[in-house]
Parts: sequence; structure tokens; C-alpha cells
Amino acid sequence: MTEERLLLSGDDAVALGALHAGVRLGTGYPGTPSTEILETFDRVGGRAQWSPNEKVALEVAIGVAFAGARALVTMKHVGLNVAADPLFTATYTDVEGGLVIVSADDPGMASSQNEQDNRHYARAAGAPMLEPRDSQQAYDYTRLAFALSERWKIPLILRLTTRVCHAKTVVRPRPMDAGPLPEPHFARDIPARVMIPAYAKPAHHRLRAKLAEIEAWNDADGPMQVDEGDPALGIIATGVAAMHAREAAPDARQLTIGMTYPLPMQRIRAFARGCERLLVIEEGDPVLVDSLRVAGIEAEGKPEMYRFGELNVARVRRIIEGDRSPEPKPAPGKPPELCQGCSHRGVFEVLRDLDCIVAGDIGCYTLGVLPPFSAMDSCVCMGAAIGVGLGLRHVLPEAEARRVVSVIGDSTFVHSGITGLAEMVYNPPPTGHVVLILDNGTTAMTGLQEHPGTGRLLDHSPTAKISFEALARSMGVENVHVVDVLDKAQSLSALLTDLLARSETSLVVTRQPCVLAAPKIRQYEKTAEAQRIAGCTATTD
Amino acid sequence: MAFVKNIVIAGLGGQGVLTSSDILADAALAAGFDVKKSELHGMSQRGGSVTSDVRYGDAVLSPMVPPGEADVLLVLEPTQVDINLALLRAGGVLIGPDVIDPAALRNRKSLNVAMLGALSAALDIGEAHWLTAVRANLAPKLHALNEEAFSIGRAAAVGRFARAD
Ligand SMILES: Cc1ncc(C[n+]2csc(CCOP(=O)(O)OP(=O)(O)O)c2C)c(N)n1
Ligand code: SF4
Repeated sequence: MTEERLLLSGDDAVALGALHAGVRLGTGYPGTPSTEILETFDRVGGRAQWSPNEKVALEVAIGVAFAGARALVTMKHVGLNVAADPLFTATYTDVEGGLVIVSADDPGMASSQNEQDNRHYARAAGAPMLEPRDSQQAYDYTRLAFALSERWKIPLILRLTTRVCHAKTVVRPRPMDAGPLPEPHFARDIPARVMIPAYAKPAHHRLRAKLAEIEAWNDADGPMQVDEGDPALGIIATGVAAMHAREAAPDARQLTIGMTYPLPMQRIRAFARGCERLLVIEEGDPVLVDSLRVAGIEAEGKPEMYRFGELNVARVRRIIEGDRSPEPKPAPGKPPELCQGCSHRGVFEVLRDLDCIVAGDIGCYTLGVLPPFSAMDSCVCMGAAIGVGLGLRHVLPEAEARRVVSVIGDSTFVHSGITGLAEMVYNPPPTGHVVLILDNGTTAMTGLQEHPGTGRLLDHSPTAKISFEALARSMGVENVHVVDVLDKAQSLSALLTDLLARSETSLVVTRQPCVLAAPKIRQYEKTAEAQRIAGCTATTD
Repeated sequence: MAFVKNIVIAGLGGQGVLTSSDILADAALAAGFDVKKSELHGMSQRGGSVTSDVRYGDAVLSPMVPPGEADVLLVLEPTQVDINLALLRAGGVLIGPDVIDPAALRNRKSLNVAMLGALSAALDIGEAHWLTAVRANLAPKLHALNEEAFSIGRAAAVGRFARAD
């Protein structure tokens, strides 16, 4: 063991673990609290790239793993909904190189539209799941996950939560494993990778057999910790909640489980026998406690009120005491708002003044829902703006239908708005429709990441760029306009008034860089230009 | 229970709350302590309220300071004092922005580091560890300015706060 002590966030620890595990490619789509993993992986020398969305990111990673190399895929919890389709069948296949999917959950919704508990996915898709409780375990479990993934040729989910991703705790890294990893190569294995029913039926049986073996391994050698203590109270806990529990009840016996699917049921049973009261401390849904009860282990869960929000030491103390009295509400802080000079401001002023019905989407621009704009009427998931707007148009009386506008950010449009545009062209409502892409040249919400519409890669070096207006024209959208919101001569208000009156399909791209991104973008462009010139001179020399 | 010191830093997005807590956490790490630091990032960019928890000591368990258990509350912005007071334990130390005379600072942006200087007077972490951590978390061209700010804050606070042990 090295003496080195690093203070790392869980995200950084995963990135370092992936580097030390020899990951060939990291893919993902930004999303709080997962975003920093790929950024750090790139910074420390790994190869990382943003995909248009999480589904594509996972598919690329599956290809890497089929070629015998290690792949890391990162996303926030809701990203796994988008990637669920490949996930549910990837578990049937045999991966050659390790495939590890990071799901960063957000109990308490610090920066998310819901607080779904992705432990359900492990069971539903048959993907083993590891849950670190701090950065050291985030590092260790990342490396362990690759080893397990290759041993059983199965994708694994590494589930993090906000307080693991963004808390910094001490990490002691280990030297890389001895011996080089195998070089990527193609070895045809049709029954293991082509999931037509004839091959998928035996593959499903193989998956269940793998999971049974992994469960036995988890019972024998899986990552877990028993803290001995007073048997009057036995606690079974996972993730960061295990840390809160140790602090809240230092004298209790505690079993902290690292691999939470498939569960080490024999070990749990043995632990349970040594406790008078057995209490499960888990954030979110009653996933663990339900599994224990199904296995016939009498365990107590938390009162329903603690399903909501994240846990902390104070709440765990209340759970132990069975306290169901109302909790003190933390004083409300100052809510976030659109930056001064933000290009989204001008758009929402126009939408407010035109009294539009706004099918909104997710990004910085969702703040257009707050005063002084109050100009958003729906926000469900990334990409929903277009479909929801079309649905409203299809059934509302004409006068109201004509007020409906779909508003979507540039990164969100690439992520999942393109199919919405196809729907608009294919099934246009009688009144037509108007879609606005708020193109600020970045994924601002999650901290200014690049995407396929910016013309730059994850490390901000240049690449090909998708033109939204050319795309829309080629798809058959009838009116396509690009406006600069800050340019008073180009009146967005007049343009929208005109388009809303037509019964045609329209796309308006409002283009003006995010004020926080603009200086950086100028710097990236300068660097790229300098490199281009240096490249030209080098070839002519 | 083992010795653990709890500090909460509060302010508004853009004031350098997260950099401040990074510096504190690095200084505590260099001083040989176990350290954990936690905050919610998401919205800090857009001017909302931000708090960051730093805990250090023999062995730290949860990364979050339980409400009412902060030994020190360091607040960078006057409007954020009242809403965070409940985090402080009885007898805990409040360090508000009024400890620093803004006129003494060459650049208002170094207020957060000046405040850390004031905080350093209430904690048991050597000055050398603080200065190393300040340099490690800021670009070289900002070092001189911020080392000066740190000293101003430390001088303003020495003797003013009882050690928060
Ligand atoms: C499936 C899914 N992935 C990721 C996220 C996180 N996320 C929310 S909005 C967004 C993109 C915002 O970028 P953009 O649409 O360009 O708007 P901006 O913030 O720049 O205004 C991301 C990555 C999410 N909510 N859902
Ligand atoms: S970060 Fe950019 S897009 Fe987001 S509110 Fe600020 S200026 Fe607007």
C-alpha cells in the first residue's frame, strides 16, 4: 500500500480507479452529480468522450467491451432511463472487456427533476450493483467492478449518490494491477452477442446462472463490513447512509453491504441472528428491507416520511428512535436565477409578453419558470418539450393551440429533441407548431460541457459540428429561422407572432453564447486556430 | 467520541465558498487529520445560496455536519447569516463578513481567503499548511494577493475568537 493520501471527491475517485483499471474509453452524457467523472478521467490522461445521450454512450461502451477492452459509462440516475433499452439486453450478452456503468443518483433532488432510486434497475435488468459509501470505496469498487465484470462477462452498475459523488474524503490509491491488459481484438461469438430469440433464450438462463454464482461469491468474498457492538440494535446499511448510521449509533452492531445486488443473503441471515432489533438504514425506496422480508428475515424499515429526501445523521437518529413527528424545515436560501446578461432572459421576456403556452424542457432555461418571467408550463424530462407541445396542439381549441410553443436547449435538442422534430414533421397538428432551440453554444446547466452542436470535443478541441437549421430543413420543417436575441433589429417577438399565426411547422434557433461560456469559447477557438496554423506550417515545411 | 471539528462555510454562488472549503480541507489534510467535505454543487453557479461542510479530526464518519453541531460557521455574505445560524452548536463561533474591513483588501474577490485567515485564528491547523493550501487551490498569478488577504484576515481575528475546541 502506498503512503499517498489524496483528498478526492467520489467522482474523481471513480475516474482515478478507472485509470488504474486500464479503461480504454470512458463515455457518458453530463448530468449532476456524475459530470466530473469523465472530465477528471480526461484530465488525468484517460480517453473520454461525451455522447449525444446516455443510450448512445452505453451502446458505444458495449462495442468497446465486445472488442475485449474495458469501458466506463457515466450518467445521472435519469440517464439510465434513457440507456435502459441497451442495458436490459446487454446483461444477456457476454462482454469480453469489463463494462461498468456509473449511475449517480440524487436523493433529495439537489439538481434533478425526480429522486428515482436506481437500485430497482439492478434487479430489473439483472445487473450486479456495487454501492460505495465514500471516495475510498468509490475508487476500490471501480477497480473491483472491472475485475468482476470480466470474471462473469457481465455489465455491472456502480451506484453513487450525490453525497458520495461530491463529498471529498481521503483516498489511498493502489498500484496498478500487474501485467498488461489484453489488446482489443475481435473474436466472433454469435450466440453470446446476437440477441435474436433463439440465442436470447439460452442467454437469459446464462444470466440467471451468472447471478447465482455472483451471489455465492458475494456471500463468501463480497465487500462488506461488520462493526461489532451491542446486539440490542443491529443496523444493516448501504452507501453513505452507512456512515450516517455509524455516527448516529456508534454502539450498535452494523453490517454495511458493498454489493447490493445480488445480496449476500447468507451473511445477512447470520448477522440478523445476532441482533435483537434489526433495522435497515437505506436512502430512498425500501429496496433492501423488502428484499430481506421476501427472504424471510424479519427486518424493520424506516417510517415512510424518510423515503423523501436524502438521509443525514439527524434523520438516522430519528429513524432509530421511531420519531415520526414533523421535521424542522431548513431556512429557505436564495434561489438560483438566470445570470445577468444571460441570453435566455430575452427569450422568456418575449414568451411572457406574447402570453405563450410554453412546453419547456431541462437546462438553465428552466429557470424561465420563475418570476419575473413565469413563462414555462411544463417540464418533464429531457426532450419532452417537443412531444408535449405537439400533444397540447393536437387537442386544444384553436385559439389556445396557437399559443403553444416548445422551448428546448441546444444540448437537450441533440440529446433527445431530434426525434421530436421528426414527430412534428410526420404528425403536424392542424395549427402547425413552433419549436425554439435556445442555442447558447454549451451545456450550461451541468457546468459548460461540449456537445455535438458545439463543434468541440470533451477536451474542447475541434471536431465536426451539427447545424440545427440544416438538419431541420433536411427533415422538412417548413420555416427555419436563426435569430440573435440580443440584436434588437432582429425582433423575436415579431417573428414568433408571424409563425404562430401560420398553420405550418417552424423552427427558430435563438443563437447567443452563454455569458459564462463565451470567454472560454473564444479561448478554445484561438487555441484551435493557432494549432491549425502550426499544423499547416508543419506540413508545408 | 473521537475528536471531530465541524465547520460550515456559507455564502452565495460566485463568492468562492467551494474554493474556501477546498482550501480548509486541504490544510486539515496536510495537518495529518482525517477530513471529509461535502456540499451541493448543482445550482451554485447561478447565484443561489451555497453552504459547504468541512469536518476533520481523528476519524470522520458522515461527510455532512449535522444541523446544530457546527463548531464554527463562516459566512461570506451578510444576508446569509440568519438563515444559517441554526447550524451552529450552542457556544459555537460565528465569523461573519464584518470581521474584515473591505478597504484593507486590494481586491474584493479575495474576501473568501481573508475570511479563511480569520477562521485560521479559531482552528488548530498550522499557518504553513494554510498557505500551502491557498497556493494549491489558486492560479499562480493570484498567490501574492491571496496570501496578503489571508494575513489581513488572520491579523484581524487573532485573539478575537476563543479556539473552537
Ligand atoms: C436524461 C438526462 N440526462 C442528463 C440530465 C442533466 N441535464 C439536465 S439539462 C441538461 C442539458 C442542458 O443543456 P442545454 O439544453 O444546452 O441548456 P442550457 O443549460 O445550456 O441552457 C442536462 C445535461 C437530465 N436531466 N436528464
Ligand atoms: S450559466 Fe449561461 S445559460 Fe446558464 S444562466 Fe448563466 S448565462 Fe444563462
